[in-house]
Amino acid sequence: MAQVTMIVNGRAASGTVEGRTLLSSFLRETLDLTGTHVGCDTSQCGACVVHVDGVAVKSCTMLAAEADGTDVATIEGQAAPDGTLNIIQQAFQDHHGLQCGFCTPGMVMTTAALLKDNPKPSEQEIRVHLEGNICRCTGYHNIIKAIYAASGQDVAALGAD
Amino acid sequence: MPKDGEIKSGIGASSKRREDVRFLTGNGNYTDDINIRGQAYVFFLRSDVAHGTLNSVDTSAAAAMPGVVKIFTGADFEAVGGIPCGWLVTDKHGEPMQEPKHPVLAHGKVRHVGEPIAAVVADSLEQARDAAEAIEVDISELSAVINMKDAFKEGATKVHDDLTSNLCYDWGFVEENKGAVDEAFKNAHHVTTLELVNNRLVANPMEPRVAIGDYARSDEQHTLYTTSQNPHVIRLLMGAFVLGIPEHKLRVISPDVGGGFGTKIFHYQEEAFCTFAAKACNRPVKWTSSRSEAFMSDAHGRDHVTTIQLALDKDNNFTALRTDTLANMGAYLSTFASSVPTWLHGTLMAGNYKTPLIYVNVKAMFTNTVPVDAYRGAGRPEATYQIERVIDMAARELGADPVALRRQNYVTEFPYATPVAVEYDTGDYHATMDKLEEIGDFTGFEARRKESEAKGKWRGLGINNYIEACGIAPSNLVGQLGARAGLYDAATVRVNATGSISVMVGAHSHGQGHETAFPQVVADMIGIDESQIDIVHGDTSKIPFGMGTYGSRSLAVCGSAMVRATEKIIAKAKKIAAHLLEASDTDIELKDGMFSVAGTDKSVAWGDVTLAAYVPHNYPLEEIEPGLEETAFYDPSNFTYPAGAYACEVEVDPDTGKVTIERFAAADDFGNVINPMIVSGQVHGGIAQGVGQALLEGCSYDEESGQLLTGSYMDYAMPRADDLPFYSVDHSCQTPCTHNPLGVKGCGEAGAIGSPPSVVNAVIDALHSGGKKVAHIDMPLTPDRVWNAINNA
Repeated sequence: MAQVTMIVNGRAASGTVEGRTLLSSFLRETLDLTGTHVGCDTSQCGACVVHVDGVAVKSCTMLAAEADGTDVATIEGQAAPDGTLNIIQQAFQDHHGLQCGFCTPGMVMTTAALLKDNPKPSEQEIRVHLEGNICRCTGYHNIIKAIYAASGQDVAALGAD
Repeated sequence: MPKDGEIKSGIGASSKRREDVRFLTGNGNYTDDINIRGQAYVFFLRSDVAHGTLNSVDTSAAAAMPGVVKIFTGADFEAVGGIPCGWLVTDKHGEPMQEPKHPVLAHGKVRHVGEPIAAVVADSLEQARDAAEAIEVDISELSAVINMKDAFKEGATKVHDDLTSNLCYDWGFVEENKGAVDEAFKNAHHVTTLELVNNRLVANPMEPRVAIGDYARSDEQHTLYTTSQNPHVIRLLMGAFVLGIPEHKLRVISPDVGGGFGTKIFHYQEEAFCTFAAKACNRPVKWTSSRSEAFMSDAHGRDHVTTIQLALDKDNNFTALRTDTLANMGAYLSTFASSVPTWLHGTLMAGNYKTPLIYVNVKAMFTNTVPVDAYRGAGRPEATYQIERVIDMAARELGADPVALRRQNYVTEFPYATPVAVEYDTGDYHATMDKLEEIGDFTGFEARRKESEAKGKWRGLGINNYIEACGIAPSNLVGQLGARAGLYDAATVRVNATGSISVMVGAHSHGQGHETAFPQVVADMIGIDESQIDIVHGDTSKIPFGMGTYGSRSLAVCGSAMVRATEKIIAKAKKIAAHLLEASDTDIELKDGMFSVAGTDKSVAWGDVTLAAYVPHNYPLEEIEPGLEETAFYDPSNFTYPAGAYACEVEVDPDTGKVTIERFAAADDFGNVINPMIVSGQVHGGIAQGVGQALLEGCSYDEESGQLLTGSYMDYAMPRADDLPFYSVDHSCQTPCTHNPLGVKGCGEAGAIGSPPSVVNAVIDALHSGGKKVAHIDMPLTPDRVWNAINNA
């Protein structure tokens, strides 16, 4: 067992973990931050994406011990303190970019990472960037639109109803 | 009709989804997010062989491992009922289907990879998993039967020793018509024959299944938290048939559920186990499926092998249709498995066409594979795929235009009684095809084909129609057909003193947006703001009753119950208003949340009437009770029949066989639409799953060993964002359902039903444009299969 300490959503967090404890488990079970979801066990689905030191990471593929001393951001920290959705979250609601909501936290966190590196992505760049995030509900149509809108570009230019 | 977006509230408005806020902020409450103080964790040790005799399960070493609470094996469940099947199918000889025992934990034999053998309950999941590794299982492996044609052979290895064969049933529909159908084929001008596979799929909702059992000794109360589409169905099946718990001692809660697509309808062993073990261990017991477990324990979908034949006369009129299908049941009968290839498939074999004579034969087979049951569309995709592929093939053989051939044979007069026992209430198939030609820009296709050719690619256009039977279902009818349950639904409308409303509904929302769409209906009926209304669902202790959400039934059936309950509310409220206004209730009108006396300026507001109901100081107590709460059960008088026309344009790379979807258009008739934004989203998702089936997805077993070859997302190809295009969807063709109060038909499955044939038709068209006379390729149309078809043509 090891003691880990990290900053999560701007606040210090710590806990005792086994060597094999995944970051996703630490967030969900120890810190009760259940917004980070686990949809697979092969690091394919992306429902568990969080940011570690500003980089998008599949938290099911990182040990909690590896995250010791890092700065972690999860879906719970994305809206403003008064609950106002951030621009990505709001675009997902406006464009019906979610249905069951299970993949959504990972989609939002992946989008945030994309827009940081590429503030005005094309449709194709968005599709390629979502390679590691699976959604079974939306057929991606409205997710692509939401991300395009969140980047400040005119959704009408996509030619998608 | 108004365009999408023109209506700002109530029925027809694209109201933004209120549930999104919690999902977008990490505040959803999915079953795995629930942890109960003192809970233990269960890990299931599952069979790694497909078929074998279970000689012994030695748990002694495992039981001594750290943290282990208790280990269960099949012997612990001998006194417990098996997992039931909810539909008794009668075969063509009038005999009941063969129905094997389905134990909670394997006993005596294992019959598929993934079948649970033992269950370790421990203080932590890691401890449970570690202990499971110390269980010694002695299995004598038997030869496995995987391929349905092998399973059907004389002398085949039997999946169940106590059954006479691997044949669950041999179903003929309509058996009395068989002679006439055969005669029509003898007299046909042209017969098209097609053998095809409807590939086995894994539903893969993104949230894996979870179950938590809890038990309170003090009042003998069981609670099961589970990822279900229908908590009352689970309460009924598990309580009455498996564990013998009366309804008042069993509460089933399905909180936020992360997608279902059918696979979360069924009652699974893990639910029964956790409920049972919570009492046996006197601790809450939690199970969370891994994705790997999901692949080998969630019911799979489809898996039909079919020969279909279409007979035409010299004028290209369809004169008869007959099909022979082998349908895979897997090793055991899942909850609705038996109904899918029969009543949800055979009854749709008329499609959108007036073919006068139809005969359907289905042989349901047991194999050493995971049980197969309903997956988005359930039987109707299988019917649609056969019909629309064989028509396309006939058109090609006859040199006919595929659109014209379909149009010529459309049903055009309604109601229409098909030769396969259902009556379409309404529809307009020419209208949806007209719309499809417009939004699919058929006139521009040849130019686009030339552009593709200039790039060295072959372009194809594929179209198809579909029809489905939704709004499941009239209880007396399905009872005659073998259903062991009624299929009505229920709603309670509870009006609070200040006029706000809670509606408790039997439907369950796991992505469909009921929390937004259902209030739109009630708001429209009363004339108050949607925000005044909340929906309560997913908890048997909070809702009156309900058969849940599947078969595109929520709005058509439960929504109708909600309308009926709201009508009762309005009728009572009018009596209260009449008293307050000193008028007759027959003169009271309700508009925009105001009750007024017809022809006068006397009125009273909704909130004043609801307050009077709960503070009945000035109230007709001698005539009506205080309070304002009504319940309605609604049993539909017919199925609903959504229908439409879909078009897919593909490019095929002749060098690699890779198919890309360039355009996809869907023109649907869902009857009336409550929230167009949600409806479009449902179609988008359905199309993606249908394209997934057509191009990517295929659950595969090794036929020798019975090992599941596609056991994770590393080897089962889920559709990803760059596999798919934007879709052009339209639902402006609306022929409202004639027999439910909202005139709605259901939209949840259409995309998955309507899309696979158009994709395959398009690829075949593309190959022909490249000079390759390929008649058919089985799904999924992977580059490997397409390349081989090109190079072997």
